[in-house]
This record gives sequence, structure tokens and C-alpha cells, in this order.
Amino acid sequence: MNPQAIVEGLIAGSTIGLGAIGLTLAYSILRFANFTHGDYLAWGAYFTLSLTGFLGGLAAAFGAPLAPFSFGLGLPLAMLGGMVMTVVLALVLDRVLFGRLRARGAETIIIVMASFGASMALRSLLEFIYTARPEYFTKALQIAQPIGFGMRATPDQLLVIGVTAVLVVALHLIVTRSATGRAMRAVAENPALAGVYGIDTARVIRMTWIIGAALACVAGVMAGLLVQIRPYMGFDLLLPLFAAAILGGIGSIPGAMLGGLIIGLSEAFAVQIIGAEWRAAVSFIILVLVLLLRPQGIFGRGAA
Amino acid sequence: MELLAYAAFFLTIALTYAVICLGLNVQWGQTGLFNVGVAGFVGLGAYTSAVLTTPDVDARIGGFGLPILVGWAAAMLVAGVVSFAVGVLTLRMRSDYLAITTFGVAVTLQLVFQNWEAVTGGAFGLAFIPRPFAGLQSQPFAFNLSNLAVTAAVVLAVYLLLEHLLRSPWGRTLRAVREDDVAARALGKNPTRIRLQAFALGGAIMGLAGAVQAHFIGFVAPGNFLPMMTFQVWAMLIVGGSGNNRGAILGAVLVWAIWALSGAAIAELFPADQQARAASLQIVIIGVMLSLILLWRPQGILPEGRSRNRLRKKEPAE
Repeated sequence: MNPQAIVEGLIAGSTIGLGAIGLTLAYSILRFANFTHGDYLAWGAYFTLSLTGFLGGLAAAFGAPLAPFSFGLGLPLAMLGGMVMTVVLALVLDRVLFGRLRARGAETIIIVMASFGASMALRSLLEFIYTARPEYFTKALQIAQPIGFGMRATPDQLLVIGVTAVLVVALHLIVTRSATGRAMRAVAENPALAGVYGIDTARVIRMTWIIGAALACVAGVMAGLLVQIRPYMGFDLLLPLFAAAILGGIGSIPGAMLGGLIIGLSEAFAVQIIGAEWRAAVSFIILVLVLLLRPQGIFGRGAA
Repeated sequence: MELLAYAAFFLTIALTYAVICLGLNVQWGQTGLFNVGVAGFVGLGAYTSAVLTTPDVDARIGGFGLPILVGWAAAMLVAGVVSFAVGVLTLRMRSDYLAITTFGVAVTLQLVFQNWEAVTGGAFGLAFIPRPFAGLQSQPFAFNLSNLAVTAAVVLAVYLLLEHLLRSPWGRTLRAVREDDVAARALGKNPTRIRLQAFALGGAIMGLAGAVQAHFIGFVAPGNFLPMMTFQVWAMLIVGGSGNNRGAILGAVLVWAIWALSGAAIAELFPADQQARAASLQIVIIGVMLSLILLWRPQGILPEGRSRNRLRKKEPAE
């Protein structure tokens, strides 16, 4: 077994885990499986790409690579802007579509269906604006450095793992320690009761979209930096995201992250053993196994 | 004459979609089960029938040269059995687990079509699928018309079967389970079992539709069964009126017409190098249309009738 698969798996798993956090939060607080979440990753990556181009046009310094990484100062700055824009996209979509269906008391499954339709439209709109041609944040080539135990990684890849760890710890602290986090958990537990206790449900829903969409943007930018940016990148990640969220236990942030890492590692090993063409089936097999053996997931409680 | 031949061709394709729509109507319209992997089940039927009926080729397994009707029956059986298995796995859980799992089924089947070259022919797919009335192929009009007749007969048969089933005690139980799970259980019905039966029946009908379509076109390839197809079929059912079998057929023909016309308009309006890009606008249009209908007229053009209240605000029980 090539230990390099561990590095590849952890990197892919970081992206999947960050994406799955938004999905699992929306699932536990808004109570529906949001098929547009993958497209938030793709839109976040494209927003950031456009802003990077804009910043690069303003001053050449933004484009100059920050050693040892392959990208310049423009990319992190653009990503902050991209996060804001992705959040706005998610909030607007909630206002015009999901929020209205909720207000009408539509059944969960109708909202799921609406998210399915919206995801198809969002993805095709990306394809219309940017065409299906893959894009890259940087054309610079990076040499993978030895990091011990026979493994190699590029500085970009190590940065992705580091940023993911910081974000997950910060988010975990927010959700477990702050008043907002307590309100979110209360609504996830029992929305009616939380309302009776004077918790502002609308605000909690807003927070859920803000956290989910901002992390989706970061995950999209990471996937774009390490692989490439395509209109279908979010769609291709959707099944791994769902599998990670369910594997970790719906509503659990550490669970989503751990689920993402497990999926990423399994995919990396499957690529070595069976071949890259079957990669996408790994998430499905894990999903089926979880549904068969432990439907509530690793950190889930009670009946699903 | 050419125009008529095209009209017959167009209608035949539209009617194969009508069969898929009728299958989805059993799952969603009558039972409330959300299947996001329609294209996978249709593709499964198409490939099953293709493998059984194509002439033998050295390079791959399959090619049994069996009659078309055997292919159709096998397509229903295989798609039905896979649907049943998916149902067993997910129907006891929250409703959106079924959506996620069927989505995964479609993604995985797409991979199988693409990569299991020994059986599916890989990216190039399978050709030389026997076509009904192949002897008439030199006369497009007669060929298309006779195939239209066959497909219309399939639609009619499925329609009559479903209408009969829905009027039977089984159909009433189905609607009872959809409207009020607890009440149905209190009356001694087993909701999970009846949902499972409906899901498998719907899947089998989708498989049949895939086989009918494959035999009409004469070849199958992985690219025919993309998520796009799932999306189109959903738009058809919602536009036509879910729960209503005539609505399902009407929606299929209508949305397929919108699809074909907008495709033709794009071919006229955009230069050749921009057409692939403009084609994505077609999907945006259908996606927006689906969302608008869910918001403004969830019952579709032909509503199910008075028993329907699922899409509107839930009223307290009378």
C-alpha cells in the first residue's frame, strides 16, 4: 500500500468535510436535504476566480506568488469576497424559494424537490456564464516535498489541511460555547419549543446559511486550487458530501468532518486498489453500508 | 411527408417519456416517494434489454439475440428488483434519505454504464439494438408511424393498468398511506410494505420505458441517462399534475415540446461555437419553471382531484 494515498485522502477529505458541515447544519436546522449545496461550492469557487482576476487587474502585486505557495495575496482576499457573495446567493435563494415554501408549510420533500430544481438551474447558469471549460486559480506548478513516512505533499496541500483544522475548531467552539450556537442547537432539537423560549428562529436560519455558504465557498476554492474549477465540480461532490454528513450523523459538525475524512481516505485507497474510474462509487457504497448498519451515523442519536 | 415523419418521431420519443412519467407518478404522485435517480432506473432497463437482444459480438459478454418482448420484460424485472432493494434500504427512514440514496444509485449506475466495458460497451455504448418494424426502415414515415403505434399502445396499456390499480383497494390504501400514515396504520395497513410495492412498480415501469426508448432509437450510451433526464421527467410530472395519470402524459408531451422548440430556437439564434453554452440556458429555463410551479401552482395543469391536499398548507384534520 502506497502511504501517499493517506495524504491524498486527507486533502480530498478536508474539502469534503468542510462542504459537508454546511449540508449537515442545513439538514438538522432547516430539516431538508439541500441539493443546491454542491452548487454553492462551485459558485464560491467561480466568485473567487472572478474577484482574483479583478484584483490581479488592479495591482500586479496581488498576482505575484507568496512563497512557498502557488498563489498570490489576491486569492485569500478574493476568497473573503467570494464567501460574502456565496452567503448572499444562499440568503437570496432562501428568501425567494425555500423561505416561501417554509412559510406556506410545504412538506419537507417539496423543499427538497425545489432545491433539486434550483441546483440544476444554478449549475447550468454557471455553465452559461463561464462555459464548461475548466479554469485554474494558478498555472504555477508545485513540487511535492517529502514530509516523512514516504509521503509527499505540496505547500498548497498542507495549507488546505491546516486551514480546515483551524476552521473546524473555531466553528466547533462557536457552536458549543456562544449564545448563537446554543440557539442553533435548540432549534435543531425542537423548533417549536425554541420559539416558545423566545429564540429568534429567523436569525438562527440566517446564521445556518451564513456558516454553510461561507464554508462551501472555502471548500470550493480549495477544490479549485488543488484540482480545477468546473461548473460540475459541485455536482460531482454532492454524493460524497451527503455520504459524509450521514456517516458522521446528521447535525454533528465533528461528525461531518470525520465523515469527510473517512470518505476522502476510502476514495484514495479505492483509486489505488480498483482504479480511478470507480472513485465516485465509493461514497455510494459507504452510504449504503451506513444505512444498513448504523443509519443514525457515527455521532447521531436515536432514530434517523 | 417529411414533416409528418418527424412529427411521428417526436411523438414517439415524447410518449416514451410519458411512460417514465407514469412510473414516477406511481412513486411520487400516488405515494409521495421522491426518486432523484429516475435516469438510472430508465438506463438500467435500456441496458438490460440491449444486452439481451443485441446480436452476439466477440468483444463483449452478452448479445444473446433474444426477442424484443423478452428484453422489455427483463428490463421491467431488473429495474423493479433494484427499486425494491433501494426501497428496503431507505423506506423505513426519513423521506429525504430515499432522495439521497436514489441520487447515489443514478450516479453509480452511470459509472457502471461508463466503465463496465465488457458488458455495456463503455463510453461508446451498445449499437445494433433490434428495432421494431426494422423491415420498414427504408420508409421513414411508415417506420416512425408503426413505432408510434407500438409506443402509444405501451402508454395506453400502462395507463389502463395504473388506473385500474388506483381504483382497486390497493390504490385506495396507497393514497391513505400517503395522506395519513398513522391513520392507515391504525386501520391495520402496513405503510412500509405498500410503499415498497409502489416504489418497485414505478421502477419497473421506468425500466420498461428505457427499453422501449432504446429499441426505438437503436442504440444506448451512458450520455443518454444523465441527471438531466431525471430533471426533465420531474418537470414533466409537476407541470402536468402529479397524482393524475393523464396529467403525467400531457406533461411529458408538453415539456418535451418546449424542450425541442427551445433547442431549435437556440440552434437558429446562436452561432455554432456558442451553441453548447446556450444549451445550458434550456436547463435554466426548465429549472426556473419547476421552481415557479412548485411555488404558484403545485397541483400542475391537471390536478389530481378533490382528495389532494398534500402540496397546500396542511389543514388540521377535520
